[in-house]
Amino acid sequence: MHEALVRTANIRKDFSAVTVLKDISIELHGGEILGLIGENGAGKSTLMKILAGIYQPTGGELFIAGQPARFLGPSAAKAAGISIVPQEFNLCSDLSVAENVYLGDEILMGYGLLDRAAMVARTGELLAGLAAAIDPQARISSLSAAQKQLVEICKALAHEARVLILDEPTTVLTRVEVDGLFRVMGQLRQRGIAMVYISHKLGEVAEICDRVAVLRDGELVHVAPVAELSLEEMARRMVGRPLSEVFPKLAEPLPGAPLLLEVERLASPGAFEDVSFSLRAGEILGLAGLVGAGRTEVAEAIMGLRRASGRIRVAERELRLGRPLDAVAAGIGYLSEDRQGTGVLVPFTIAENTTLVSLPRYSGGLLGSVDRSRERTSAERWKTLFAIKAASTGQRLEELSGGNQQKVALAKSLDPEPRVLIVDEPTRGVDVGAKHEIYRLIAGLAAQGIAIIFISSELEEVIGMCRRVLVMRAGRAAGFVEGAGVSEVEIMYLATGAREGA
Amino acid sequence: MGKSTIRSQFSAERFGSLIALGLLVIVSAALSPHFLQPQNLLNILRQVSYTGIIALGMTFVIIAGGIDLSVGSMAAFAGALGVLAMNALGAAGRPDWVGVLAAVLVALAAGAAGGALNGLMVTKGRIAPFIVTLGTMAVFRSLTLFMADAGEFTSTNTLYSDIGSATFLLVPVPVWIMAALAAYFAFMLGRTRYGRYVRAVGSNQRVALYSAINIDRVRLLTYLANGLVVGVSAVLISMRFNGVGSSTLGINYELDAIAAVIIGGTAMAGGSGTVWGTVIGAIILGVINNMLNMAGVSPYLQGTVKGLVIIGAMLIQRRKA
Repeated sequence: MHEALVRTANIRKDFSAVTVLKDISIELHGGEILGLIGENGAGKSTLMKILAGIYQPTGGELFIAGQPARFLGPSAAKAAGISIVPQEFNLCSDLSVAENVYLGDEILMGYGLLDRAAMVARTGELLAGLAAAIDPQARISSLSAAQKQLVEICKALAHEARVLILDEPTTVLTRVEVDGLFRVMGQLRQRGIAMVYISHKLGEVAEICDRVAVLRDGELVHVAPVAELSLEEMARRMVGRPLSEVFPKLAEPLPGAPLLLEVERLASPGAFEDVSFSLRAGEILGLAGLVGAGRTEVAEAIMGLRRASGRIRVAERELRLGRPLDAVAAGIGYLSEDRQGTGVLVPFTIAENTTLVSLPRYSGGLLGSVDRSRERTSAERWKTLFAIKAASTGQRLEELSGGNQQKVALAKSLDPEPRVLIVDEPTRGVDVGAKHEIYRLIAGLAAQGIAIIFISSELEEVIGMCRRVLVMRAGRAAGFVEGAGVSEVEIMYLATGAREGA
Repeated sequence: MGKSTIRSQFSAERFGSLIALGLLVIVSAALSPHFLQPQNLLNILRQVSYTGIIALGMTFVIIAGGIDLSVGSMAAFAGALGVLAMNALGAAGRPDWVGVLAAVLVALAAGAAGGALNGLMVTKGRIAPFIVTLGTMAVFRSLTLFMADAGEFTSTNTLYSDIGSATFLLVPVPVWIMAALAAYFAFMLGRTRYGRYVRAVGSNQRVALYSAINIDRVRLLTYLANGLVVGVSAVLISMRFNGVGSSTLGINYELDAIAAVIIGGTAMAGGSGTVWGTVIGAIILGVINNMLNMAGVSPYLQGTVKGLVIIGAMLIQRRKA
């Protein structure tokens, strides 16, 4: 076998007292796609950031085409031909595609002047090579997520990348776009480019990768050709134990349970109209629909975060619309879909985040001083209950993995002890093991009598978690499915408008 | 994130400015034997206190993601109204202490009103803080100049200036007031719900909004509190000068206050900072001024040094991030 393009020998990385990677030795060859899977916090991103020169390893060695290499920064890695396509795109939205592709590496024509024509032409060629129908002179802001991703790939290729790291590239893509991406990846493989494909979607890993590497708790536990691993096997190796039932057993709803939430003809101009439903204690109501159908907007309207008309009653008491404080006081909790954008404060500690909504309960007196020992005790309780992996509740969230941040976000929504909890994409960007835990936690909350609205784009989890589902389409309630009717087929009928429901 | 970063945050955020101050004191003491004399040190603290008090309020404004350029003009405006009220009462034959009380109340009310005006335009009017306070900076200065016809309002109240130069336990009164306010502001920022909300709003406004925090109220109150401390400073400085010079009082106060906040390690982008850092930042500026005076550097060049120190502090902040 020829020399590996990238080889790591006993790479190790410590953060504070925590070892996040131990003795990782792995090879990556030209023309192969290596799937990198593992739970959140297993060390996938850290390993890739070491390859991309963003982090320096604490120990071990890195070889590029057989030569020992030490990247002191991302530009050194880029010069060695390693490029990363990040989860959050790194593009200037006001510049054109070509300007972004050559950002920092512009083609000049002497006297320091930009050779725009050459950059546009060259970008056009690169895009054509990817069979992407994108105008090199289009503004980034006018492109879809899938197109932006192609621009990122194009950018890497313009820098003559030989190794391409794709960090959860399909999270924001539709199935059709995923197929397009996979075609591009196939072409790049034929050109001899090595790729690392990081994903939580095991089906996609099986579909596109040649080999799979499994990380667990910072250790490389398994590397094998993809053909030798079933999906169950991958999942089992990731979590280190057999996966029992994915979804917890749901308690039977009590017929006499009190009505906790009644929503009548709720409407928000430009987002949705005429949404009515009610919810009993202990019930989990699914809110399904295609992206853009208005699900999150309904949640925001209930929370008072968005202008709305209609009526909302919580435990038979009228709620004033448009006031988040009133919604919280009435007992509504919200886990928002955009964890870093609207959910948690990453520079704040775990304790400060968990009490962000419930802080009035921890403060008092003339000066409104915060009882920090009570706050810490409460945060400790959530940390234990949700098995949040952190040194202490005084640790800042920027040092935690995505899954652990999500648990803190959930703790933050639950700390005010809501009677009604809205969870919006609760498992987004979370690995199999943590998903499992979150399902269990939510089912447990319902069993305690909390009424839950479960919003998700993943039909599988809506079906697994809900006995009744409100399906939205283009800003309207398309209908309910209940009991045995809760199936992928029925929900998609309503969501796409192929049939009007009851 | 790693061990090294945690350590550097620990030292740079908590102790960076303190270490800088320590070094400055050592250098100054070596340059001039006069520097460490108690009277000189107390003088530095007194000089620092007027803008240092404003910097306390500015710390909150900046941590919440705002800025207030109007503090210098507002100090002149509030001080002028206070002195006018006091002189009017004096002319009506009221005792001196009534006049002083009126001056304090009027200046505080004017400061609070000016701060609230800034805050309302930022929150309800949704105008960028830089623009709002650039505008009110011009407005307050111009109103003061107009009222005084570009001249001076001299206090006719002898008690007023007596308090201005008074000391308590050998330490000048304004220094005590700065220390007391700093303790209260530090407590507010670190230990109270409101302080937590100020950091949350500055850290990520949307997260704060989604956490049912009334962000408009939080931000408005930072401007209001800043206006109040401007009122306090206006009283103290006009006591010191026995009046208000409409074209001189408060000039460059915004520069000194913002500089103290930044040198003290508060992030310009908001979200983090400490009150004690600001106090140390203010003292650093004072020590530098004192050192330059003793070294015989032209007072006209002191602005250059101050400017470079601010830029240097920003550079260090950038390096950290």
